[in-house]
Amino acid sequence: MSEIKIVNLRKQFGDFVAVEDSSFTVEDGEFLALLGPSGCGKTTTLRMIAGLELPTSGKIHLDGEDVTFNRASARDIAFVFQLFALYPHMNVRRNIGFPLLSQGVPKAEIRARVEETARLLRIDQILDRSVSGLAGGDRQRVALGRAIVRRPKCFLMDEPLGTLDAEFREVMVHELRELHNRIHATTVYVTHDQHEAMAMADKIAVMNHGVIEQFGTPQEIYNRPASMYVADFIGSPPMNFMRFHSGLHRGAQSILLDGIDIPVPEVSEDVRPRELALGVRPEHIRFNDASRLRGAVYGSEYLGTNQVVAVETASGIVKARIPADRSFRLGETVGLEFNPATLALFDCASGRAIASSLYQEARHG
Amino acid sequence: MSSVNTSAHSVVEPTPTVKRIAGVIVILYALVTMIPLAWIFLTSIKSPPDSISYPPKIVFTPTLEGYCNLFTTRTRQTPDYIQSLPPATGTCDEITRSRNMVIAGPSNYWPRFGNSLIIAFGSTFLAVSLGTLAAYGFSRFRVPLADDLLFFILSTRMMPPIAVAIPIYLMYRQFGLSDTALGMILLYTAVNVSLAVWLLKGFIDEIPREYEEAAMIDGYTRLHAFWKVVLPQATTGIAATAIFCLIFAWNEYAFAVLLTSGSAQTAPPFIPTIIGEGGQDWPAVAAGTTIFLVPILVFTIILRKQLLRGITFGAVRK
Ligand SMILES: Nc1ncnc2c1ncn2[C@@H]1O[C@H](COP(=O)(O)OP(=O)(O)OP(=O)(O)O)[C@@H](O)[C@H]1O
Ligand SMILES: [Mg+2]
Repeated sequence: MSEIKIVNLRKQFGDFVAVEDSSFTVEDGEFLALLGPSGCGKTTTLRMIAGLELPTSGKIHLDGEDVTFNRASARDIAFVFQLFALYPHMNVRRNIGFPLLSQGVPKAEIRARVEETARLLRIDQILDRSVSGLAGGDRQRVALGRAIVRRPKCFLMDEPLGTLDAEFREVMVHELRELHNRIHATTVYVTHDQHEAMAMADKIAVMNHGVIEQFGTPQEIYNRPASMYVADFIGSPPMNFMRFHSGLHRGAQSILLDGIDIPVPEVSEDVRPRELALGVRPEHIRFNDASRLRGAVYGSEYLGTNQVVAVETASGIVKARIPADRSFRLGETVGLEFNPATLALFDCASGRAIASSLYQEARHG
Repeated sequence: MSSVNTSAHSVVEPTPTVKRIAGVIVILYALVTMIPLAWIFLTSIKSPPDSISYPPKIVFTPTLEGYCNLFTTRTRQTPDYIQSLPPATGTCDEITRSRNMVIAGPSNYWPRFGNSLIIAFGSTFLAVSLGTLAAYGFSRFRVPLADDLLFFILSTRMMPPIAVAIPIYLMYRQFGLSDTALGMILLYTAVNVSLAVWLLKGFIDEIPREYEEAAMIDGYTRLHAFWKVVLPQATTGIAATAIFCLIFAWNEYAFAVLLTSGSAQTAPPFIPTIIGEGGQDWPAVAAGTTIFLVPILVFTIILRKQLLRGITFGAVRK
């Protein structure tokens, strides 16, 4: 097991930049989720780590060794493909044993290790079946088996749950994380599903247009988004943005939104007047009739334990996640109150988060 | 709604009536295509007079004379001389003597048949091997001018091969390739390889790259991955291509007539030259043709499973 270190990794296809100067480190035994929308370069990044694609520039270190130009077969990594790529002309046993065969492991040992792996994944009863008849979940487990049987330095997985139905996906999310807890293999897991990433990963890298927008723990990503993009991508419904025009100065503890004072975490940089956005998570909003920030109920969505209510304010529609015990009439006027410690500020033009005590907490622990 | 509707049918599955009609059409078609083959076989077991009688005979006494004449050369002798010989040793001996002839030795049929086997299978093997490698290259690597190259390869099929007969004849004479098995193998390979590249590229394009990538990550070199993962999955395509190549090389007549006459002559130009008494020996020609059909038949039957699997496999995989 080992550490994966990516330094200024870049990949161009002709003029098109698929991955732009990315750097990050996956520590030994860590589970990293590469999260982003379709076409943002997740697969390309993963394929470069695997050695299936050569980077245009940058370096890849595996376990301290520079493997940027090593062949895939010389990197000692395992890859789980989105469609599993189980060899259709081999049965389950031979599929799982195939990586060992290339290393010249003796037959008896291959047999033993395949069986041990199959027991770990609870597929020992289907070892002699053909892979073409397997159900989605079993194919998934066989693909995992083929990956772990070799005890590689790290695992790379490209949307391995993408083809499973929602119900089964949840089961597999559980199993994958459990497996990780047992074998502690350094893992890079590509997904466009924030729930998968949140549920499984120790660290998340949010990608957009080939750029890693933020790298951090799920909590950091969720509570202290580094950009409007990340704030918008994570959470459902996503963070609300209330736009306003203003300047800020270091030490400010409130902002003026439509003439109403809103307390915010202490700002720690000077910002010249420009278009800004106040970021509020739906669950950090409470309804308080005494509040001066008012709006009209626009619609609501009942979710059982809670509800998401859309309120039209002077700064746009704001969605709040509140307990389901109260019902609203459309057009009813309500007052909104935000949890000050959780508010984020963004520069609308660049999308960048404005430094404040919210983010300093992150640095101090 | 107490009774279950048993006549309900799927919209994609043909109804029983449609299936029955299709079955009848297929049987009729098979019969029509079988008649010439049956006629050749029947002729091969007729006596020479029966074979040319008019109206044609459907009922006749079968004889192996055609096969005997195919395999042997004979000389005419006086009845007295034949009487003086020791008793006949086999069926062919008897048949030959009843026609006042004795067997002088084996005919050239088996050597020619052997040439056909060597040349057809040799060129098929070469064309399919080269075709598989080229198709893999075109399918997986960025080949400069790939489209132009592929078009060029295809363009070699745009005229009948015999159009270049004269230059090839001259060239072969110059290089000493005339009437050699090697020359014929090279020629048929050259004709077939374009077909092989195009057919196989289609099949290999269908095999997801992930299989090789998985194998390479699992510690194999590209060549190993090709051998252990791509080839086994391309077997159906390879089998289909091999059959097409073999049928062409096996049946080819024009070049064989032009370029072979002796030691490398194949069966197709040889069979029509079988002459009996008073002209063409039709039963012997038919016997030669019947035997000539066997290898293709066997080859196709052996590979039939692969071909069928190819059809159903593609349907369920995606
Ligand atoms: N071989 C290639 N040649 C040209 N462009 C490519 C190639 N591979 C990927 N791209 C482009 O690079 C971009 C990133 O692709 P990539 O497959 O990494 O995206 P992704 O994040 O994995 O998306 P998805 O969620 O759809 O799998 C895409 O716009 C894609 O079209
Ligand atoms: Mg992808």
